[in-house]
Amino acid sequence: MKFPAAIFALPLIATLHAAPTTLLNVSYDVTREFYQEYNAAFTKHWDAEKKTGIQIDQSHAGSSKQARAVVDGLAADVVTMNQDSDIQLIADAGLIAKDWRSRLPDHAAPYTSIIVFLVHQGNPKGIRDWSDLAKPDTQVIIPNPKTSGNGRYSYLAAWLYAKAAGSDPQQFVTALFKNVPLLPAGGRDATTAFVQRGIGDALLTFESEALQITNTFGAGQYEIVTPTSSILAEAPVSVVDKVADKHGTREAATEYLKYLWSGEGQQLAVKHFFRPRSQALLAANTALFPKLKLATVDEAFGGWSEARKHFKDGGTFDAIYQPAKP
Amino acid sequence: MAGAISSFPTAASLNQPIRATSEPWFVKAVLIGIVFAFFTLFLFLPLVVIFQEAFANGTAVFFAAFSDEYTQHSIRLTLLTAAIAVPLNTIFGLSAAWALTRFDFRGRSLLITLIDLPLWVSPVVGGLIYVLIFGAKGWFGPWLYPDADMLAHSAIARFLDAHSFHIIFAVPGIVLATTFVTFPFIARGLIPLMQEQGTKEEEAALSLGANGWQIFWRVTLPKIKWGLLYGIILCNARAMGEFGAVSVVSGHIRGQTNTMPLQIEILYNDYNSPRSAAFALASVLSVLALITLILKTFAEWRAERQLAEAAAAFDFPVKR
Repeated sequence: MKFPAAIFALPLIATLHAAPTTLLNVSYDVTREFYQEYNAAFTKHWDAEKKTGIQIDQSHAGSSKQARAVVDGLAADVVTMNQDSDIQLIADAGLIAKDWRSRLPDHAAPYTSIIVFLVHQGNPKGIRDWSDLAKPDTQVIIPNPKTSGNGRYSYLAAWLYAKAAGSDPQQFVTALFKNVPLLPAGGRDATTAFVQRGIGDALLTFESEALQITNTFGAGQYEIVTPTSSILAEAPVSVVDKVADKHGTREAATEYLKYLWSGEGQQLAVKHFFRPRSQALLAANTALFPKLKLATVDEAFGGWSEARKHFKDGGTFDAIYQPAKP
Repeated sequence: MAGAISSFPTAASLNQPIRATSEPWFVKAVLIGIVFAFFTLFLFLPLVVIFQEAFANGTAVFFAAFSDEYTQHSIRLTLLTAAIAVPLNTIFGLSAAWALTRFDFRGRSLLITLIDLPLWVSPVVGGLIYVLIFGAKGWFGPWLYPDADMLAHSAIARFLDAHSFHIIFAVPGIVLATTFVTFPFIARGLIPLMQEQGTKEEEAALSLGANGWQIFWRVTLPKIKWGLLYGIILCNARAMGEFGAVSVVSGHIRGQTNTMPLQIEILYNDYNSPRSAAFALASVLSVLALITLILKTFAEWRAERQLAEAAAAFDFPVKR
């Protein structure tokens, strides 16, 4: 260290915590409200069981940015991401064991979501299914599949729909993306473009995000269209082995994640509009989460490493998408 | 001939105010109009909007925004960061300006150029370089994130590990990134001032037997104090407002590594907190900026006088 120690002495003191056990949960953008409530519930549960006290710190930003930060040294005890590939990135860096998917139930994803369409109140364009989005004179807002999870799932769900309908999937996504006037970089940007700037007839986004809009500030202005088929987006979680072992928090971190599958955890997921894994809870909430034909990326595309080939430079997506000319 | 004679200045024409330009009045009116329209649209209106949004849900909601524990922490962290970065840059800026205006050495102009570096590179790059140096995969990664082998061999690694000391995604990284971004402000303000003032008074003090320390405190510092204050104010404003570089190294841990600008973004993107909460915090930064502006204008005015006095003392006209 070439820097005078005194410079760091003050902030060093500021970063030391007093709590007996502290977990850092590094998560993505839209889980903020969910984990705020879940952490309170888990803290209570932990205190009742172990009587030792626990503090959960939260960090939220874009999913891939967060994964990158954990690789660069952000000391997360657990990661709760929205895509398989983000946890895989950390596993590839050697911080998480290779078998992380099988250490917890349901491919280590305690809740899921699907891609739905958010349309204006009354659905003026009569959009019912994927095929309506590819019709001429329809404008669809989809975030960039190269940089965002929603965009990737939207593209893959459209592909899957066409394949199941017996038409040429590449032709179908080409027609669909002809209707995309701009590609926002991320999910929240896309929402802003649709809601605040009023661009487009339909916004493709996660059901959790769409329900949040129709149940909060967008109530009465938008409605949700659930297509006949979609991709099941699994939001995976994992203990970061290297960090948890170093902090001596493996037991707490594992319990923290396992509790996501508990009745209380699943109930909170429903409250924040994520599809629960509990079949009973899912069946009890069909008004929020209508039934439809769903496939995971593994089932439909043989895993993310195959699916991702669509989005690499020079891949299928580059071939089919031409930015709209004004 | 008559025309030539009449072009000589007469007593009457000398009495008229001297005008720098000869454009007709409507050109002037249009230009001034454009400046005012631009000023209103891009500077004044946004400022009004911030305060209007901040109080959109009433004063109760405005003040409630500050009862949030994370918001309070972000304010404390921003103050702490500025309290470390600004003095560091003051010491650096003074030493740099002193060295660059009092000594002539090889590489002097290169050094002046390098001081400006943080102004040229994007703050994002400013943040990323610290990730590349102090991150787990960075140069100092082996010491800051040691494996068992490193722990066995290096006392420094053991010490840092025992105190779980990290730089990026922790407060030291935020301070470093802020210091980097605000690095040039004080030196850049002092160098032209000290160059203009020259070294005659210091030389006189030296000839009267003052030592270096006495010269600095009694001669140089009083001469440059307003220029220095101007630099400190600018440096402080930027230190509190920096977003890009801090965002890269922050790690966004709530209640630990979010500064005010980061907290504003979080509140703005949050569906569940009222929009006015983000703007309430933004209005605090804006008030800080306005105070800065007033102080800056005052310091600037005093610095200019100081410069003019220096120029008058050596009996040559102030260059404008």
